[in-house]
Amino acid sequence: MLNNGMNFDLNEKQTLMRKLFREFAEKEVKPLAAEIDEEERFPIENVRKMSELGMMGIPFESKYGGSDGDNLSYILAVEELSKVCATTGVILSAHTSLCCNPIYAYGTDEQKMKYLVPLAKGEKLGAFGLTEPNAGSDAAMQQTTAIKEGDYYKINGSKIFITNGGYADIYIIFAMTDKQKGTRGISAFIVEKDMDGFSIGKIEKKLGIHGSSTAELIFKDLYVPKENLLGQEGKGFGIAMSTLDGGRIGIAAQAVGIAQGALNETIKYVKERKQFGRPISAFQNTQFIIADLQTKIDAARLLVYRAAYLKDTNQSYTTEAAMAKLFAAEVAMETTTKAVQLHGGYGYTRDYPVERMFRDAKITEIYEGTSEIQRLVISNKLLK
Amino acid sequence: MNILVLLKQVPDTTEMQIDKETGTLIRTGVPTITNPDDLAGFEMALRIKDEKGAKVTCITMGPPQAKNMLRELYAMGADECILVSDPKFGGADTWATSNTLAAVINQLDYDLIIAGRQAIDGDTAQVGPQTAEKLGIPQITYVDGILEINDEKIRVKKALENSYEILECPLPCLITTLSTIATPRYMSVKGISHAFDKDIKVVTFNDIDIDPSIIGLKGSPTKVKKTFTKEAHKNSDVLELDPKTTARKIVETLIDFKFIGK
Repeated sequence: MLNNGMNFDLNEKQTLMRKLFREFAEKEVKPLAAEIDEEERFPIENVRKMSELGMMGIPFESKYGGSDGDNLSYILAVEELSKVCATTGVILSAHTSLCCNPIYAYGTDEQKMKYLVPLAKGEKLGAFGLTEPNAGSDAAMQQTTAIKEGDYYKINGSKIFITNGGYADIYIIFAMTDKQKGTRGISAFIVEKDMDGFSIGKIEKKLGIHGSSTAELIFKDLYVPKENLLGQEGKGFGIAMSTLDGGRIGIAAQAVGIAQGALNETIKYVKERKQFGRPISAFQNTQFIIADLQTKIDAARLLVYRAAYLKDTNQSYTTEAAMAKLFAAEVAMETTTKAVQLHGGYGYTRDYPVERMFRDAKITEIYEGTSEIQRLVISNKLLK
Repeated sequence: MNILVLLKQVPDTTEMQIDKETGTLIRTGVPTITNPDDLAGFEMALRIKDEKGAKVTCITMGPPQAKNMLRELYAMGADECILVSDPKFGGADTWATSNTLAAVINQLDYDLIIAGRQAIDGDTAQVGPQTAEKLGIPQITYVDGILEINDEKIRVKKALENSYEILECPLPCLITTLSTIATPRYMSVKGISHAFDKDIKVVTFNDIDIDPSIIGLKGSPTKVKKTFTKEAHKNSDVLELDPKTTARKIVETLIDFKFIGK
């Protein structure tokens, strides 16, 4: 039997989810956004409040501490949060997509009960450590090693640019268990922050997402019990790549949120701001820019929702997630740039949120795979 | 403990436009919300449930789309939701509405009934008190705080114009709550996930024992003859004065219009 064909509506549940996330973002998150940016402060209170509402484990079953929602609902949460505070958006995205998700997808039942349950309940915060000083886009160049010693793996090395680093309790860490095998020598581990040999190094000072903690992780004879190996030994690279496929939908949603948030602020501003005797919204230049931006944001959003839908329906989504992230990130950059321009001199000051949104947007073109890497992922599929 | 909460879906604005031809409210295109006084009362019911354990049943009378509101109440923590809906109930004034609600409630077990003080669309503050009268139970209106509740009695803070009254009342009783009594909680994600698995019980005319002459538009003694928006008769005066003279002028004007005394 044929299905109903294309359907662009959220279902009733997702609609109610969006209503909750929008209300929460407006009332609880927005009032703090400028302050946490200015103070470069991790908004731990937002994490606590999100935990209370069950937002830290949206797409996981309640038997694993989750909220029995779907992936698209989680994406709606990242989007709504990022409209008002991109920092809070990425905290949720890194926690859910990069830490909870690989445990959910590759973990044993024991690992899920021990780690996913407190993560999804929001009692613990999660992070993901793949990037190293010499392994960025070339993630296969891992230098961190994990040597099996009895019932433990001894990990030595470091990770950089780790989102939620320092605040997270649980980390998914990638390390070489067999240097001879290249990508097939990489394994994934679940690491707890309190394990001996684990420490936090440099905290980055960044252009944007000031409230998000971006830290170096240092492992010095870090002994991880062998039952904390995630998936099979040597399968870590595949775990990292598939985890990032999902993460990209989250970052794409963050980009859509930033773009929509900036455009919403701009629409409000151009109606109020008067020059040459009229509100600047009366000028066709303004009207055309706004029309173009909303059109592009809608296109980006549809790409993001498509990728989330594919994930929810267990279809392959690697290429579509890359497309969504590539396009949404560029739309976020374009929208925030033009939002600042339409605000004129005021847009360059911290009196208006578009200044922050402009700084926040840039990272969406870089982390969880740069725009260039997304283009590689897409073209590899097309040209293979 | 069984708590019944009476709630109403209302248009999300206090500035409703009126259709000049028909004299009725223009409802199309206006988003709806749960009436704030009712939602605060619901929150109090949930707090009693959280602290002492209780079954919270939400009841609303309205058209089928009121189910949307009831889904949200499930997502916030309601145990059961009942929609009282039938074309025969339509067009009811407060008297006919409270007749209908009392007939529904008479079939239920309850220890406490909570209703919002008044709805932001009609502002009558009558349905709660009338329902209590028709059920023959005591009532306390304008409740702004619940100080104590047990299986036998409730002690509340009732708001008066310039003061509060502390009142105690045996259960079962009905209280009407102010929106200031509590800030309603958010829905939870898990609550939303399961809100659509739960049944909304629909009660129609055939499900209750009631005289058809006391319900709906026909059973409503209130007849709306005409509804109109007061026309503005006078244009504003625009004066440009220095601050001191402006202040004096404002005070004089307020005295002239008797908004303040001399």
